[in-house]
Amino acid sequence: MSAVLEISGLTVDIPVAAGDLHAVRGIDFSVDKGETLCIVGESGCGKSLTSLSIMGLLPKRAKINADKMQFTGTDLLSLKERELAAIRGNRMAMIFQEPMTSLNPAYTIGNQLMEPYLRHKKSSDKEARERAIYLLERVGITAAASRLSQYPHQLSGGLRQRVMIAMALMCDPELIIADEPTTALDVTIQAQILHLLAELRNEFNSALILITHDLGVVARVADKVAVMYAGKIVEAGTVEEIFNQPLHPYTQGLINCIPVPGKTARGSRLGSIPGIVPTLIGDIKGCSFRNRCGFAHDACDTNDPFHTLNPGRGYRCTLDVPACEANAKELASA
Amino acid sequence: MLVYTLKRLFLAFLVALTVSAITFSLTYLASDPATAMAGETASDADIEYIRTLYGFDRPITVQYLEWAGRAIQGDFGESFYFKLPVSTLLFERLPVSMILGVCAISFAIILSIPLGVLAAIRPNSFLDRMALGISVVGQAMPSFWLALLLILIFGVNLNLLPITGSETWKHFILPTIVLGYYATPAIMRLTRTGMLEVLGSDYIRTARAKGLSLPVILFKHALRNAVIPVVSLAAVQFGFMLGGSIVIESIFALHGAGYLAWESIGRNDLPVVQAVVLVFSLFYIVLTFLSDLLNAWLDPRIRVG
Ligand SMILES: Nc1ncnc2c1ncn2[C@@H]1O[C@H](COP(=O)(O)OP(=O)(O)OP(=O)(O)O)[C@@H](O)[C@H]1O
Ligand code: SF4
Ligand SMILES: [Mg+2]
Repeated sequence: MSAVLEISGLTVDIPVAAGDLHAVRGIDFSVDKGETLCIVGESGCGKSLTSLSIMGLLPKRAKINADKMQFTGTDLLSLKERELAAIRGNRMAMIFQEPMTSLNPAYTIGNQLMEPYLRHKKSSDKEARERAIYLLERVGITAAASRLSQYPHQLSGGLRQRVMIAMALMCDPELIIADEPTTALDVTIQAQILHLLAELRNEFNSALILITHDLGVVARVADKVAVMYAGKIVEAGTVEEIFNQPLHPYTQGLINCIPVPGKTARGSRLGSIPGIVPTLIGDIKGCSFRNRCGFAHDACDTNDPFHTLNPGRGYRCTLDVPACEANAKELASA
Repeated sequence: MLVYTLKRLFLAFLVALTVSAITFSLTYLASDPATAMAGETASDADIEYIRTLYGFDRPITVQYLEWAGRAIQGDFGESFYFKLPVSTLLFERLPVSMILGVCAISFAIILSIPLGVLAAIRPNSFLDRMALGISVVGQAMPSFWLALLLILIFGVNLNLLPITGSETWKHFILPTIVLGYYATPAIMRLTRTGMLEVLGSDYIRTARAKGLSLPVILFKHALRNAVIPVVSLAAVQFGFMLGGSIVIESIFALHGAGYLAWESIGRNDLPVVQAVVLVFSLFYIVLTFLSDLLNAWLDPRIRVG
């Protein structure tokens, strides 16, 4: 089966005062129909810029490059803005991190929900309205018809994010990108929204890219996982591979940080691995994780190889698989 | 929305009440009205006679209530100087000020909002710099100087437009440009700032993610939010244009109400001054009320407050 989205060698550079900020440094992945790819990694590693570059929504001054960036066989980078706009909101849709500010305060929920449908499907108002009501009900909003005339400020964050999800689904897209859709919400709401997303993905059989901080989420909803660090993918694989055989020390650290009920204090988050990310301005020589890695050695100062074990499975480290597996044991018992 | 409107209306009423009281007290703040009316050569007896004749010796609240009661009915008394009912004078002069004010604010809005939007779409572009230039010049150049310049070019050298009087619409062109241009920089800068801020907001990103066309993003999603502070500013500017156009009115010999007030101050013609101040203040209050309503219509979040 051909992939819905196939990317290789994607880079995003942003010119800043101190030079070029290489926010995304050459990443590869693909997603198929009906599949969920989770991208994990701590704040600032380039997750949002990756998703914005797929949608063609990068800030103007950002420079994008890729060896390959195909959406259902179409080269996204060769499209003109107008052609891209015909795909956005129609065949690919995005759900953002900030439900509180992502809806226009001046227009009703109904107006904003119907907009992409009216634009892309050239439908009548009545059809668009029916579709909006149907989807509001599908995302678990009660009294859907009367919600259409409400304004964003009259809804809670959780409801607004449900509206955003409904909006993304309006045109039945082949690809949905959800960029940390629950980070801004209460813990109880978070679980509901994620559950909803997973359910809808099955129902609509689209491809889903879910960006998250939370490995617990990954374990529940992902088919495939890409772990990002400082603009690169440091490990990729199926969800089983990642959890059963984490090879990169960063992935291993993340998994060790997953809260275990009763053992971990509430509120402690992924990313509690000590140390800080190197600056993304200019080149990084060698492994970008080495200042935080317990297994760093001389080779790590100059080398940064990616090992592909089989298609879709690989890791970025100077150590070989047995050594990495030994590290995992050592970390887990510590 | 109804509750909001009523609240605003009540507030406007309170302000109007305060303003009318202050206007009335002008009679006493400026100078003793009886002395002023009697003239410089009057004797003490004459002054006392006038004081009782016009009722200046009664308690001030009584005088205020009587004055306000008559003002509501459009009776502002008689001009000391013209010996004519003040309402007749106002009726003659107000239309000129109104026409000039409406034309000037329309000119300013039509010029500055599109320029502000264009400047915000491409910050630091040629267009943005041009718009900045226009606004800097507008801010730095005194109105009277621009007025004289235009009179010289269009009135004297090219002989295209009349330069004094208010008989035809042509007479209003130059004053409109001068007065309108004066308000342009502020409105344009505010539009530009507002648009820049809104264009960087999350909901514009959402609109783009929906694949909407550029005009829809700019005008439906961005401008409506960006223009909210501009509405209040334009209302203030409009009020200012009505009353503060004395210089322009006198240069172009457009004898509007502002000019009338200015003349009357010099003549100590208090009833006229009071009437003009009151009418303009009330106008200001109505404008503010209307701009509040417009803002509430533009931004549903305001309606609840
Ligand atoms: N408009 C911008 N201008 C300058 N730098 C930017 C811009 N947007 C992002 N960056 C930088 O690019 C890097 C990657 O940003 P990105 O938003 O993709 O991170 P992220 O992984 O989504 O983080 P988070 O989890 O906090 O959302 C960060 O270092 C960030 O500071
Ligand atoms: S390359 Fe070296 S520093 Fe980087 S993760 Fe592997 S062992 Fe650690
Ligand atoms: Mg992000």
